Amino acid sequence: MLNIGGLNQGIVIDHIQVGGAMKIYTYLNLENLDCSVAIIKNAKSNKMGRKDIIKIEGTLEDLDLDILGALDHRITINIIENGVIIEKINPILPERVTNVLKCKNPRCITSIEQGLLHSFKLTDRTKGMYRCVYCEQSFDRR
Amino acid sequence: MRHIISPTDLTVSELSGLLELAEEIIESPKKYADVCHGKKMATLFYEPSTRTRLSFEAAMLNLGGSILGFSSADSSSASKGESVADTIRVISSYADICAIRHPKEGAPLVASLHSSIPVINAGDGGHNHPTQTFTDLLTIKNLKGRLNHLTVGFCGDLKFGRTVHSLINALARYENIKFVLISPEELRIPNYIREEVLEANNIPYVEVKSLENSMPELDILYMTRVQRERFFNEEDYIRLKDIYVLDAKKMTYAKEDMLVLHPLPRVNEISTDVDDDPRAVYFKQAQFGVYVRMALIMKLLEVM
Repeated sequence: MLNIGGLNQGIVIDHIQVGGAMKIYTYLNLENLDCSVAIIKNAKSNKMGRKDIIKIEGTLEDLDLDILGALDHRITINIIENGVIIEKINPILPERVTNVLKCKNPRCITSIEQGLLHSFKLTDRTKGMYRCVYCEQSFDRR
Repeated sequence: MRHIISPTDLTVSELSGLLELAEEIIESPKKYADVCHGKKMATLFYEPSTRTRLSFEAAMLNLGGSILGFSSADSSSASKGESVADTIRVISSYADICAIRHPKEGAPLVASLHSSIPVINAGDGGHNHPTQTFTDLLTIKNLKGRLNHLTVGFCGDLKFGRTVHSLINALARYENIKFVLISPEELRIPNYIREEVLEANNIPYVEVKSLENSMPELDILYMTRVQRERFFNEEDYIRLKDIYVLDAKKMTYAKEDMLVLHPLPRVNEISTDVDDDPRAVYFKQAQFGVYVRMALIMKLLEVM
C-alpha cells in the first residue's frame, strides 16, 4: 500500500479510475499551483484492482469537491493535517453540472452552437451516470 | 407557454386529451377550419424532409393559419454560421409558433430556451421526434381502440431510429405492453432505452433477430428504414440496409388484426405487395399525422 505519511498538510484524491488522474489535474488547474503535486498512476488497489492517486501539498481554496465527484464518482478525498487523515470525503454527486464535463457526441448541438454551456444532469445516482441535457447521451468517463 | 421537445413532455392525461381532440377533428374537420385564422407557423427545417414539413404546413393551413419558413440549412442563415439561438430570437417576432427540424441532437431544446413562441421539435438527429410519436399513438388508438394490452414489435434500425426510441418511451407508460425488438446485433436499441426505460419500469421485452418467428404474437409491427444519413461508415450501411423485408408471405404469419406501421419514407423494407393488405396502415398513419399536428398546434396556441 502506498504511504501518505510524507504529506504533512494537504489533500489526497484517492480511488481515481485508472487513467483519470490527468483529467482531474487539468480541471483543478494544478499546474499553476505554488505547491508540490504528486500523481501516482496505476497504483495497486484492493478495491479497484488499479487506480490513480493525486497528492497535493497545502490547501486548495474554494475547491468544489462535489464537482470532482461528477468527474469520477468513485473517488475519495482525504484531508491531511499534521501527517494524519483528519477527514475522508466521498463527494455527493450534484444534480446538474455545467461546463465541467464536455459532451462527446458528434451529433450533439453543443458540437456546433457557439456560446452554449455544456450542461449535464444526474440520471442515475448509484452508477454516477450523467447525461447531456441536450442530446441525452451519457457521459463517457474513458 | 409550452414547448414540445420530447414525447414525454405531455403527461398521459394531456396526451389523452390531445388524441381526443385529434379524433374530434377527424370527425368534424370543418368545425376547425378557421380556428387559427391570423396565426402564423414558421417551419425551420435545417435538414431535408418532405412529409414532416408538409404535414405541419398542411395542419396549419387546415386550421386557417399561414406558414413561412425554410426547407434546408442551405437556404437559411445557418449557412452563414448563424446560431440556432439567434435564429429563433428573430423568428419569434415573425411567427406565433414554430416547428424545428435539425440534424444536431438537442437543437430544438436550445431553440426553446431562447424563444418567445411555442417550439415543436420536428426531429433532432437520432434523438427525438415527438409528433411522429403522437402520430403513431393516434394511429394505434384510432385503429386498435386502445393503447394498453398490446404486444408491439419494432423491426429494423432500433439503434439510430429516433421514432422507435420515442414510441417505446411513450408506450412504456401504458398498462400491459410487451415489446419484441427485432434487429441485427449492430442495430439493437441503445443501452439507455434498455436500462432506463424497459428494465427500470419492469416492462417485458425480448430482443430477437428473426422477423418471421416473431410475427404470430404481434398486435402491432412497427417497421423502420435503415437510414443512410445516420451512418458514418458507408460499408456498414450497405451491409445492413436490406436486412429485413416485410412481404406478403411474411404477412401470412401475422394475426388477422395486426397493424403494420412505418414512419415513412419506405424504401425496400416493406415490399409493395403488402400495400393492399388492410393491415398495412402506414399511409393512413401519414394522414393521422396531419390531424394530430392540428390538435397539437391548437393546444399550444390555446385557440380552443
